[in-house]
Amino acid sequence: MKLPVYLGMLQRAEGELASSFRTVADAHGDEPDVRATCTMLAEECDAHVDALGPIVDRYGSQPDDEPERLHAVALPEPRSGPLALLRDLQDVHLLASFVDMTWTLVGQAAAALRDEDLQQVIAAREAETQVQVAWLTTRMKQAAPQALIVAG
Amino acid sequence: MVDRIANIWGERTAFSRGERWPVRVDMRLADGLSEQDVDDWVTSACLLCSNGCGLEIAVKDGEMVGVRGRATDLVNHGRLGPKGLFASWQGVRNADRLTRPLVRMGGELVETDWDTAMGRIVERSKQLLAEKGPLSHGIYTSGQLFLEEYYAQAIIGKAGLGTPHMDGNTRLCTATAAASMKESFGSDGQPGSYSDIDECDAMFLYGHNMAETQTVLWMRVLDRLAGPNPPRVVCVDPRETEVARKAEVHLAVRPGTNLALMNGLIREVIAQGWIDEDYIALHTIGFKELGETVQPWTLERVAETCDVDAEDVRRAAEIFGTSDRVLSTVLQGFYQSSQATASSCQVNNLHLLRGKIGTPGNGILQMNGQPTAQNNREAGADGDLSGFRNWENPKHIEQLARLWGVHTDKIPHWAAPTHAMQIFRYCEQGSIEFLWITATNPAVSMPQLPRIRKILGQESLFLVVQDLYLTETARYADVVLPAAGWGEKQGTFTNVNRTVHLSDKAVEPPGEARSDLDIFLDYSRRMDFRRDDGRPLLDWTCPEDAFKAWQECTRGRLVDYTGLSYEKLRGGTGIPWPCNEEHPDGTNRLYGDGIFPTEFDRAESFGHDLLTGATVGPLKFRALQANGRAILKAAPYHPGTEAPDEEYPFLYSTGRTVFHFHTRTKTARSRQLNRAAPSAWVEVSVPDAERLGIGEGDLVRVASRRGEIVVPVRVGDVREGTVFAPFHYGYWERDRSGPGDGRPTTANELTETEWDPVSKQPILKVAAVRIEKVADAVGPAPAPTNTASRPADPAAVPPTVGGPDAEVEERPRVTEPPVAPDEGGDR
Ligand code: SF4
Repeated sequence: MKLPVYLGMLQRAEGELASSFRTVADAHGDEPDVRATCTMLAEECDAHVDALGPIVDRYGSQPDDEPERLHAVALPEPRSGPLALLRDLQDVHLLASFVDMTWTLVGQAAAALRDEDLQQVIAAREAETQVQVAWLTTRMKQAAPQALIVAG
Repeated sequence: MVDRIANIWGERTAFSRGERWPVRVDMRLADGLSEQDVDDWVTSACLLCSNGCGLEIAVKDGEMVGVRGRATDLVNHGRLGPKGLFASWQGVRNADRLTRPLVRMGGELVETDWDTAMGRIVERSKQLLAEKGPLSHGIYTSGQLFLEEYYAQAIIGKAGLGTPHMDGNTRLCTATAAASMKESFGSDGQPGSYSDIDECDAMFLYGHNMAETQTVLWMRVLDRLAGPNPPRVVCVDPRETEVARKAEVHLAVRPGTNLALMNGLIREVIAQGWIDEDYIALHTIGFKELGETVQPWTLERVAETCDVDAEDVRRAAEIFGTSDRVLSTVLQGFYQSSQATASSCQVNNLHLLRGKIGTPGNGILQMNGQPTAQNNREAGADGDLSGFRNWENPKHIEQLARLWGVHTDKIPHWAAPTHAMQIFRYCEQGSIEFLWITATNPAVSMPQLPRIRKILGQESLFLVVQDLYLTETARYADVVLPAAGWGEKQGTFTNVNRTVHLSDKAVEPPGEARSDLDIFLDYSRRMDFRRDDGRPLLDWTCPEDAFKAWQECTRGRLVDYTGLSYEKLRGGTGIPWPCNEEHPDGTNRLYGDGIFPTEFDRAESFGHDLLTGATVGPLKFRALQANGRAILKAAPYHPGTEAPDEEYPFLYSTGRTVFHFHTRTKTARSRQLNRAAPSAWVEVSVPDAERLGIGEGDLVRVASRRGEIVVPVRVGDVREGTVFAPFHYGYWERDRSGPGDGRPTTANELTETEWDPVSKQPILKVAAVRIEKVADAVGPAPAPTNTASRPADPAAVPPTVGGPDAEVEERPRVTEPPVAPDEGGDR
C-alpha cells in the first residue's frame, strides 16, 4: 500500500506551506492584510501537520520512491520590486494547490479504505486548504492590474 | 428653556410599548431672535450624524440663524440633539470658510480663480490618463455629501475615468454594516426601523454608544425606559457608557474579543432551544455549519477569553432567547474592532435563528456613523456599485452600461472596487498619482497618521482637496476647491433606517464656493467625458436632474427610489425606501416575509469567507441555492495581531464624544460645543492610575509602536488595562497639518494599519500602548463630565454645563406623533 507515501508527502508539504506563508508575511509586512492573513494561515497549516501526526503514526511512514519527481518546496527567498508580492503569492498558490489536491487524493483512498477517522480529519482540513487557495486567488486578482499595468 | 450641553438629551416624554413616541419640538435660534423674526423656514435634515433628524432652517436677511425640529418627521418627532442645535448652522457659516480656489505655487497655497484651478486638475488628469491610464487615478470621498453628488462621482469615476480606485471614508465608519448585510441577506438594506424601539421588549446594543453617537435615537430609548413596560437593555461595550448604565446586563468585553462573545451567545441560544426551527428550515441555510463553528464556545470559555462574568453572558443569552420582541443595534465597537464582519453577522444570525426580523419590535439596525454614508453605499462612489449592483454579475454591469451609455468594458469589474486602505497604499507606492479627496479629512481620521501624512505629502502625488475649510488634509493639496455646505446647496440624503430627506438651499454659499455637484459636473464637462453616442456623460443642470437619473438606476432594485420626488419629500417628513408604485408611502421594515435578496440576480454580493475574505464567487454561490433564504455565516474566533506585551502593556481604544463630529471642522466652530469638549484627553481606570501614579489632569504620554500623543488624563470608568482616546482632535487650530514640534494630540497617531478581511474597515479600536506621566496637572482634563468620559470621582471635576448660552426651547406634545408607513392608524 502506497498511501503512507502520500500521507508523508502531505505532511511535509503542509510544513513547507506553513513556512512559505510565514516568509510572505515577513517579507510583505507593508501589506497589512497579507501579513495578518498569511500569519493566520501559517498557523492553520501547522495545525494540519499536527492533525496528520496520529494518522501517519497509524499507517507508518514509507520513503517516497520518486522524491525528485513529485515534490513541493517552500518559497526560498522572498522577492523585491513591483512584482514581488504577486509572484510570491503565486508561488504559494502553486504549493497550496498541490496540498489541496493531495488532500483530495488521500481522501479518495480514505473513502476506499472506509477509514472514517481519516475521512473526518480530511474533510475539515481540505475545506480549510480550499479557502487558503481561494484567498490567494482573490488577493492576486486584486493586485494584478495595478502591478502589471501601472506599478513602476 | 433647557441647557442642552448639561442636559444632553433634554426633558423626558415617557411612553409605553405600542404607543407612538410623543412629539417634542426643539428649537435654537441665534441670540436675541424669536420665531417671529424669522423670514423663512427651509426644509432640511441634520447632517451631523447618521440619524437624519428632520428640521427646518431659520433664515433671516439671507443668513442661517437657527434650526427647529420638524414635529411631523418620522425620524425625530421634532427633537434635535446638541450637535444639530448648535453646530448644523454655526458650523457652516463661519469666517474661516474657504471662499476661493487655491493652487500650489512655489510650495505655497495661493488664491486663484476657478478656471485656473480646474484647468490644473484637468491638465494633470488628462496627461496621466494618456500616459498611464485610469489606474493612475483615485477618488476618496465622504459620508457627508448628498446622494446626487455621489451618483455623479460614481459615474465620473466608473464610466468617465474608468478607475476601480474609488472609496469613501464610509470605509472607516459603515463598511461593516453593509458587508454584514450582504453576507447574511445578499444585499445592503437595513432590515429594521426606528419604530422598533417603540415596540420592543428587549434591546441589545453591540458596541454602540447610542447615547453619544445618535442622541435623538437615544432620547426615544430613554422615553421608553421612563414609561410603563420598559424594554430590557443589554450593552456590549468595554466602556461604562450611558448605555451601559441603563443596561440590565453590561458585558464589558476585552477589546478585540467580540466574536468570542457572539459565538458564545449563539451557542447558548441554540443549546437552550430558544430557536425557531421552522423559520430556520424555511428561511435560512447554513445552520449546521453555524452550530459547528460556535460549538467550542461554552459560557466559561467566553468568560475567560472576553474577561466577563459567565453568568452575565448566560443572562444576556436568556434575554435574547426569551424576549417576545427584540431589537439589536450595532456600531463602531464592533465595526472598528477585530473580526468586524463575522461579529456583526452573528448579530444577524441571532435574529434569524429566532425568526425575529422585519416585524414590529423585531429588528436589526446595522448602524452608520455619518449622515450620508448610506447614500455613498447606494450610489456606489465607494467600494460598491450603483443601485446595490454586484460586480461579479455581468447582467448588473450591463444594466449600468446601458444607464450610462458606455460599453460594459469601460466599467471596472474585474475585481472588487479598491478599498480606501489599498488606495492609500497604491499612492504610497506611487502607482496612483492623482488623488481627489472630497469632504473628508484623512490626515486626522485614518489610522497610523505619521504614515498618512507622509503619503499625502508625497512628491509623486497630485492631490486635489474639496472642502469647506482648510483642513489638515487640504494643507497637503496641490489644488484646493471651496465647496458649498449644508444649507447652501440642494440635495437628498438617507439615514440609517432608509429614510430619505430633502435638504433645500437656504442661503448663498460664501464667496466663490460652489456646490460639490457643480464641481463634478464642471470636471466632467472639461474632461469631455461622453457616452458612446457622443452625448455628454453627464448632461444634468441641477440636483433634481441627478435625482431623476438616480431613480432610474434604482428601478426594480431593493433600493427603489422611483416613487419619490423632491415635491413629495417636502411633505413634512422623510420617507423610507423602497418607495415605488407598490409602496407609494415608503416601507418601514424589510424582510417581514422572510424572503431575502439572495437570488442570483438580486444579490449585491456572492459573499466571502468571513475568516480570510476570500470571495465565494458566482459558481459556488449558485451551488448554495440560497434562492431567497438568508445565509447563516460564521467564522472561528481568532485573536488580533497586536496583543499587549511587556513593552506596550495596555489595550488602546478610540472613539467619539457626544459634543463633536469627526475632525470637528463644524462642531468646534460652535462655541457651545467647543467649550464642552475643547481639547484632547485620554481615559484610564482608577486602579491603573494608582499603579502608574497619575491623577486627574496630569499630562501623560501614550505611545504605540507607531506614534505617540501627549494629553491630559481623565481618571474615569474605562476598563482596567484599557486606555481610551477620543479621535476628534487634529491640528487645524494651530494652522498645521500635523503636530510638527508641538504636542501630538490625535488618537490616530497610535492606531495600526490593519483591517477586517471582509469589510476592509480599519481596526481603530485595538492597539497595544504604554503610558507614562509627563507633567503635573494644571487643572482637570478637558473631558466632559456628563458622558462616558465622566470622572471616577465626580467631586474632583466641575460639571459640564453650557449655561444661558446653551439654552434651547423644548415644546413637548404640541401635536400628535406622525405614523410610519406600514403602521396604519389602527394602534
Ligand atoms: S441625532 Fe444626529 S441627526 Fe439628529 S440632531 Fe443630533 S447630530 Fe443631528
